[in-house]
Amino acid sequence: MPPLPAPALALHDVSKRYGRRWALARLTYALPAGRSLLLTGHNGSGKTTLLRLVATALSPTAGRVEVLGRDAMADRESVRRDVALLSHASFLYEDLTAHQNLTVLARLLGIPSPQDAASALLTRVGLTQRSDSPVRSFSAGMRKRLAIARLLLKAPAIALLDEPFGELDPQGIRDMERIIGELKSSGVTVVLATHLIEQGLTLCEERLHLQDGRAVAA
Amino acid sequence: MSTTPPRPRAIGLVAATLALLRKDLLIEWRTRARLNAIIFFALATLLMFSFALGPDTKLLEKNAGGYFWLAILFASVLALGESFRVESENACMDGVRLAPADARAIFLSKALGNTLLLTALGALLVPVMVALYGVRIVTSFMDLGLILLLGCLALSAPGTVYAAISSNARARDVLLPLLLFPLVIPALLSAAKATTLVLQGDPMNQFNSWLGLLGGFNLIYWGVGFVLFPRIIED
Amino acid sequence: MNKFIKWGLLVLALGLLGAGWWLGLAWAPPDREMGDVQRIMYVHVPLQWMAMLAMFINFVAAVAYLFKASWKLDSAAEASAEIGLVLGTAGMITGAIWGRPTWGVYWSWDPRLTSEAIMLVTYTGYLVLRRFVEDPEKRATWSAVVAIIGAINLPIVWFSVRWWRSLHQVQSSPRTVDPEMVLPLRVSAFGMLFITLFFMAVRYRQALAERQAEVALPDALPGDVPMSASHNPSKVA
Repeated sequence: MPPLPAPALALHDVSKRYGRRWALARLTYALPAGRSLLLTGHNGSGKTTLLRLVATALSPTAGRVEVLGRDAMADRESVRRDVALLSHASFLYEDLTAHQNLTVLARLLGIPSPQDAASALLTRVGLTQRSDSPVRSFSAGMRKRLAIARLLLKAPAIALLDEPFGELDPQGIRDMERIIGELKSSGVTVVLATHLIEQGLTLCEERLHLQDGRAVAA
Repeated sequence: MSTTPPRPRAIGLVAATLALLRKDLLIEWRTRARLNAIIFFALATLLMFSFALGPDTKLLEKNAGGYFWLAILFASVLALGESFRVESENACMDGVRLAPADARAIFLSKALGNTLLLTALGALLVPVMVALYGVRIVTSFMDLGLILLLGCLALSAPGTVYAAISSNARARDVLLPLLLFPLVIPALLSAAKATTLVLQGDPMNQFNSWLGLLGGFNLIYWGVGFVLFPRIIED
Repeated sequence: MNKFIKWGLLVLALGLLGAGWWLGLAWAPPDREMGDVQRIMYVHVPLQWMAMLAMFINFVAAVAYLFKASWKLDSAAEASAEIGLVLGTAGMITGAIWGRPTWGVYWSWDPRLTSEAIMLVTYTGYLVLRRFVEDPEKRATWSAVVAIIGAINLPIVWFSVRWWRSLHQVQSSPRTVDPEMVLPLRVSAFGMLFITLFFMAVRYRQALAERQAEVALPDALPGDVPMSASHNPSKVA
């Protein structure tokens, strides 16, 4: 009998403190391989912290985060290769153009022809028209599109999406849903934190509801 | 949609440093108005020294090396602060870290980028100093170029470490010079002395010992920065 | 620390300082050249030695913190830097008071004074940084980095300044000390050592209590996150 695949991500008794506030308190959870997760909860319930811990942007105060069977602290470099985070902060350089922003990342990732890869992704997210405008001139929705292009460029095994529908118009929301669907059908594990529970439930098989940094029944 | 392209191999330290350096230089180029402002700030500083001293041109001539390096030092605080402000906007530093980029590559690219910028600034200041302070280059341009490069390297390595720290702290504009100034005194001292020797002649052959001190300072702080910088940006 | 040891330390320190200074003021002979002015040495020199000791402790604590993070090491670093800064400042002021009648000036740009001034600015910067960073973990790591870089710099400053000055003026020759001056100096130095240790112990406990209050779990949440669940991820990973 083949061994069971490692869970896509596993949290073992994870706590995270900011100053005097506990953002996550002794959270234990495992997401089975091949499933996608919807994270719900009020503002400040710990969704963003959870995503940032899995992305290794933060280290846990206590406990252990495992991503694809690897320790997120000990194997930070290799975990970072496999996960990508769409965060509230866009990670975009305001002074560079959309195309340059993607090219910079493509070079860091060692993608053979960074310029072409950047152009291809701009087409995919519908930003070809504005590819040579500086990000400073972009609307919030366009920034979100560019940020998702940045995530797609990484071709991650796990996509962590923090409020991907925020600041998008109805067309933008549909596009984002399509992109998330494409990610899932190409075998990417999606972890989605959103207030739009309806969209989330159609996209994800699993759900985790957080309240004050703890898992509770939704 | 097509399947994801084959996974590229992780790039090495040198390639990552070059990629990040290229990005930083591109940003500098695209925001050259900001760059110009720093240049004019340094020029204004050179000019202000002559006003502070009054009309005594002998004094200006004698201290030209020191004023030249003070102008570069003041400009370096602005340049270093700017180079990390760009990264804190939209949490770009997180984006780079998670890309993932080696933290040491981030250190090297920032320190090299600032070195290039300051060296270029210094090269622009030299003719102005010659004109304003009535000095001339007695030994050789090569010596001056060498001391300029080594001095800017010496400001940039510890400057990068401290700018990374202060850009995340409160009161960052005060903190950076407060931390940096006492630290770079040996570098400033030797660079200023060596520059003075270039401008006034070096009868006792002291130039090389100041150069050596500056070189040693560089070795120590590029090494220390390379080792300690990752601890600063990884929580 | 045991209360008995703590107060014992203070009594011992005050006793030794009193004895040392009495010996220095009343028993030891006046200096041949400087006369009674030189007696300030029994205050000035121990202050300088203890400032050095405190800065050295700060450096060791900072290095140790980067290898193994703990609030104790961070508190020790904070306590030693503060005490070192106070001792160093007092040492510099007594030095200036001594310098005025001896050299005719309060301040001279000799290597020792210059290096000490730079040292005081360095540690002022260190303590300012600590005030300006709210997050306890970041504060501890960043200030450890700054402490290490600052400490490495001090010998470089010393050599460069000595070099810089030596091109202009001759180094003052080292003073020979009369054996009858050694005893009061030694007694006052031990007194200063014990009072430094006393202050350090008090300040260390304060700092540690502050850290623990900063990282304590607030009452609003059920207290099921163990306090001992360390602040340091590398320890628990």
